[in-house]
Amino acid sequence: MKVTIERANLLRALNHVHRVVERRNTIPILANVLLRAENDRLSLKATDLDLEIVDRAPAQVDQPGSTTVPAHMLYDIVRKLPDGAEIQLDTSEGTTMALRAGRTRFALQMLPDSDFPDLNAGDLPVAFEMPAEALKRLIDRTQFAISTEETRYYLNGIYFHVVGAGGEARLRAVATDGHRLAKAEAPAPVGAEGMPGVIVPRKTVGEIQKLLEDPGAIAKVSLSDAKIRLAVGDIVLTSKLIDGTFPDYERVIPRGNNKVLTLEKADFERAVDRVSTISSDRGRAVKLTLADDRMVLAVNNPDSGSASDELPVDYDSEPLEIGFNSRYLLDIAAQLTTDEAEFRLADPGSPTLIQDKGESDALYVLMPMRV
Amino acid sequence: MNRDSTGVPTLCRSCFAAAASASGRCPDCGSPRLARHPELLDLAIAHVDCDAFYAAIEKRDDPSLVDRPVIVGGGRRGVVSTACYVARTYGVRSAMPMFKALELCPDATVIRPDMAKYVRVARLVRTLMETLTPAVEPLSIDEAFLDLRGTETLHKASPAETLMRLQRRIESEIGITVSVGLSHNKFLAKIASDLDKPRGFSVLGRAETRSFLAACPVSIIWGVGAAMQRRLAADGIRTVGHLQALDAATLARRYGTMGLRLARLSQGEDARPVTPESQARSISSETTFETDLGRREDLVPILRHLAEKVAARMKAKQLAGYTVVLKLKTTDFRQRTRQQRLPAATNLADVIYRAGVLLLGPELDGTRFRLIGIGVTELGPPGGEFALDLGDPQSAKRMRAEQAMDDLRSRFGEDALKLGITFRPDRTGPRRQA
Repeated sequence: MKVTIERANLLRALNHVHRVVERRNTIPILANVLLRAENDRLSLKATDLDLEIVDRAPAQVDQPGSTTVPAHMLYDIVRKLPDGAEIQLDTSEGTTMALRAGRTRFALQMLPDSDFPDLNAGDLPVAFEMPAEALKRLIDRTQFAISTEETRYYLNGIYFHVVGAGGEARLRAVATDGHRLAKAEAPAPVGAEGMPGVIVPRKTVGEIQKLLEDPGAIAKVSLSDAKIRLAVGDIVLTSKLIDGTFPDYERVIPRGNNKVLTLEKADFERAVDRVSTISSDRGRAVKLTLADDRMVLAVNNPDSGSASDELPVDYDSEPLEIGFNSRYLLDIAAQLTTDEAEFRLADPGSPTLIQDKGESDALYVLMPMRV
Repeated sequence: MNRDSTGVPTLCRSCFAAAASASGRCPDCGSPRLARHPELLDLAIAHVDCDAFYAAIEKRDDPSLVDRPVIVGGGRRGVVSTACYVARTYGVRSAMPMFKALELCPDATVIRPDMAKYVRVARLVRTLMETLTPAVEPLSIDEAFLDLRGTETLHKASPAETLMRLQRRIESEIGITVSVGLSHNKFLAKIASDLDKPRGFSVLGRAETRSFLAACPVSIIWGVGAAMQRRLAADGIRTVGHLQALDAATLARRYGTMGLRLARLSQGEDARPVTPESQARSISSETTFETDLGRREDLVPILRHLAEKVAARMKAKQLAGYTVVLKLKTTDFRQRTRQQRLPAATNLADVIYRAGVLLLGPELDGTRFRLIGIGVTELGPPGGEFALDLGDPQSAKRMRAEQAMDDLRSRFGEDALKLGITFRPDRTGPRRQA
């Protein structure tokens, strides 16, 4: 393989793939990136056996071929080369790949490309396209609630599924860690109807999110009940799905909460942040006392002291005292997009609904804490 | 009312009667075991110390040893853990090398320590103490401070009488003896319990505190070890009385913060409160099987039973914890521990059990185990936990069920209600007792 490529093109492609490669690997080849030169293109592929990303960059191919070299090292080298450099990759010199740019020379140890694992996607019967922006929104709104609890692996991702049918069909994303639940939805794209419900793992979600940064792009999704593939421009991501059953989350979304609280989101966020300064790392509860269009926020930390603040709000139901993890409140507030937020409460022991005022595409459920 | 002819409060340690007799015997029961002290009814800080604890338990469990010298020890380090009072008459002491102890007392019966048994007995003793006051501060396995202030109305007795009754209850219900020191602070109570061992009851009142201490060697003050003793001796200080003669400023100048402590303690002042049991770090329960087990269907019911025990203990102590720890011991005595941190503290059997089952799953690879245990660490007061798990829609139902079960058990006894998983019709009760 002998190929010449502009630094910027190589760096962009490496940027897309190198994060997939785990920093520590027991299988040496998984630390490598697969380089394949053909048809005026250099394609790069990285995998962790559960997730692989392929990107392609324009290049001048003098001699087609392929090899694998350490991914993070290659990325670091290219990063440190000067802007506008022309990079030549050449595998004709035995066991190392020569990398030349101006007077800079590197020789990188190779591993045979035939050993590079392929994430066999198999048949992906469902296929649809949607604006990158819309898919990104679903992820942005729900990602924070993904559980990191390994024993309940089926909560370690976002559950994508379609509800309703015909013109009413919606593509819905749901994530929960047991304490908060985030649900976001968009009109189901053509072809998504009838798709199986799939749980996309946390790491894949994070990578997909980064591939969707161009708001004008179109995301092409294809999937089976075991794998998902996402193509944006030249980049193709393929990932295994979490093999598990997502809980019947509808049952924990309260329907009858009739105490409605409306507040200025930014003021609320600042007040929660302020009073929680005194709480411990453990995320001590902030107690909200609601009565007569007034909210008192209070935090009590036996180790350091106490704090309280007060906000004018819209609340005319019967007085209520309820506690929430302040961290979780802030996480949800950060997802809200309108100036006003609406809380629907029942009692201090039951889940609370939080939404943008007048918007129904995203919904958050937060479990109170005992205070 | 509880005063003898000279007006000094006196209690009979045998029948707890106010013994107003000049004869030195209880007028009610004739017992010579009288406690007589001007401040007897006014003091409430006690130190209770078991007499030759390990040896006493062994003698209790094997009456043929009662009159014989018994040494508990050996074990790994080959030293005396506890010598019974018979062995002590030969000069055998704790921490003495075993060979030396046997030179002094060749007829002694040496018993290897059975710590599990001693811990069980200690727990019983602790439980009896805790029926008297929540302010029980264990100092070691066999001794504790008790603060009985304010318990007179509850027990309808002075702290002194309450302690005498405790002493007798421990003797009759547990079968070992304890010595009690009663005074007005921890420092003096601890000294007092040592004055009249075994089965002692001694009182150090405020009035005699200073004069009593004056005659004691400085080593009686906790924190004064060999090095400090040498330093003090070099300055001509051998008794607490010598310390009493110096003012706090002088002692502080000479000995720093230790000097301030010496100043206070030499006057018999000790403001440390009796602080109830220092926070347990973990609560766990485990069981060793009669035959080795490796199948899920055998292990899971046992796990459930253990989780219920752990949860019950946590609820009783008003604790909740963040980390569930599963412990397994393989047939070749290798220990495996696996743990899971929960997003919220819990004391629910259901949550502990479910975490345990998930941890157990990967270990069921055909290995056979001789022991399984489950525990919860990172303990703290409950509260702050979440009432419902949004990732488990059934959890609210199970939590309500557990509350209902707890309620039934508190009214009808521990065995009133069992889950199918821990109950087998061919046996009554749980499949295996932990």
